[in-house]
Amino acid sequence: MNKKFVLGIYDDEDVLLDAIENVRAAGTKIYDVFSPYPVHGIDDVLGIKRSRLPIVAFFCGLFGTSFALWMQIWMLGFDWPMIIGGKPHIAIPAFIPVTFELTVLCAAFGMVITFFIVSRLKPSFKVNVFDKRSTDDKFVMAIEVKEGVTDMSALNNLLRSNGAIEVNEKEVIK
Amino acid sequence: MTEERLIIPRKTTNKFFLTIAIGVILLIAGIIMMAAGGGAEHGGGHGEAAAAGHEAASWTKRLFLNLWLNNVYFSGIALIGVFFVAIQYVAYAGWSVLIKRIPEALGYFLPIGAIVMIVVFLFGGHDIFHWTHEYLYDVNDPRYDPIIAGKSGYLNFWFFLIRMVVFFALWILFFNWLRRNSINEDLHGGLTYYNKSITISAMFLVVFGVSSSMSAWDWVLSIDTHWFSTMFGWYVFASWFVAGLSAITLTVVILKQNGYLKLVNANHLHDLGKFVFAFSIFWTYIWFSQFMLIWYANIPEESIYFLDRLDPHYKWIFFFNLIINFAFPFLVLMTRDAKRQMIMLKIVTIAILIGHWFDFYLMMMPGTMRGDAGIGFIEIGTTLIFLGVFLVTFTKGLTKASLVPVNHPFIEESIHHHV
Repeated sequence: MNKKFVLGIYDDEDVLLDAIENVRAAGTKIYDVFSPYPVHGIDDVLGIKRSRLPIVAFFCGLFGTSFALWMQIWMLGFDWPMIIGGKPHIAIPAFIPVTFELTVLCAAFGMVITFFIVSRLKPSFKVNVFDKRSTDDKFVMAIEVKEGVTDMSALNNLLRSNGAIEVNEKEVIK
Repeated sequence: MTEERLIIPRKTTNKFFLTIAIGVILLIAGIIMMAAGGGAEHGGGHGEAAAAGHEAASWTKRLFLNLWLNNVYFSGIALIGVFFVAIQYVAYAGWSVLIKRIPEALGYFLPIGAIVMIVVFLFGGHDIFHWTHEYLYDVNDPRYDPIIAGKSGYLNFWFFLIRMVVFFALWILFFNWLRRNSINEDLHGGLTYYNKSITISAMFLVVFGVSSSMSAWDWVLSIDTHWFSTMFGWYVFASWFVAGLSAITLTVVILKQNGYLKLVNANHLHDLGKFVFAFSIFWTYIWFSQFMLIWYANIPEESIYFLDRLDPHYKWIFFFNLIINFAFPFLVLMTRDAKRQMIMLKIVTIAILIGHWFDFYLMMMPGTMRGDAGIGFIEIGTTLIFLGVFLVTFTKGLTKASLVPVNHPFIEESIHHHV
């Protein structure tokens, strides 16, 4: 399926941020904005909600903690009890370092894997670069064109009146 | 950039003096009760550990220990104020510029801390430090202690006193130096003062690295003279640092709630919250590193320290210490939203400040007061007096300069700070 996009090219960060606000205020849905570097405050003006990834991290970490404690208590306390250094079989202080490491490991891996799944990142993932200059010195605002619905000239005017130095069209093969 | 002057209303100053007055009354009441009743009020309701036949500690000993405890605690917070400013300079930090006057003003307590510490050591040294007794070093005395005598090269009256005076002198010198540059920058502007401050800070950090660790050995570790721990310098530093960060954060929140620091926003609070969160974990890491090695090796001369603290008399403080200083801040400040809300920061920082007072209590009391320690009128009274004096000097220091360092080169960066 082919998708058609209108690309507004900007060369100034502040102009871009104002443009995003105005374009959204005019009722146009922005597909995405591409920038050579992270722009402060762009998430807010684009209306992007905060990621819920930290919640995943918390529960993965909690899983790591309980798994590590269960594993050590079961192994050293019940499955194969041994006397080590004259300590009790279930010697909690000795389990803390392993528990800590597994908590960190599970939280980190859980978070990364969840991120890959949610954003569908896989080895065959194809990235659409709308305009190569967005990796250099230009900001690119992409707006999806719906055939028959979008008024092309109005959109063109909207982008240009908000400081776009160029307005291009691009078709993307999905 | 406009100056922002803090005005402490008469009512607030009166409250501080009222705190001191209540402290004095409680302290006198506590002393009278203890002197008259032979420690009848000790324990504050918990623990009847003072076994029969055991000689009860005198009220003077208890008073000196409380003075020492609070003085080490509050001087530490004051010192951390200077340390915090210094690391911000050395790191070329921009975000902290708007709140920099608060840690700076903490240092005004240092001269008072120095005087109290020297006086308490001169008059109460024998009550606090076992090693100050002459007979321990006399081979012909039956009480001769070869282990303590072996440490006499470092632990002797004069060297100890010299270290104490030198450390405080250096800290006060660097505090005044940094402060003077900071205020001159407000008046004259330019980069000169900023560049000079970086050099001063770098020198101070070297001094601080050595002196904070050595003062921890001297003032806290040497109470348990036989015992030693290579983690101890770090442990006291961590305790001071997280308490100091909490004091800074709490002051920022209170000033903001009273309409000051208008340019400080949730982003600055977020960074302060991260600092408090991270260093409460750091403290726990140091605590555990010290505990686990001693627990694992289980060598009597080392493990006695923790056995004393796991004694029924202190057990509740031992666990309370971990809960209030680790579990509570860890769970409450974990989310981003909590770090950006003033009420959450307020609750956690107050809890940490109380928690680390108990931390120092647990470092000092078991080695000296043994089973006679308690949390009674004397403890609360002395703490209130110190708190009052600290707040008076600290707030007075805050009013001496604009809360916004108007000519700091990174002021704009701090205003636009965004995380």
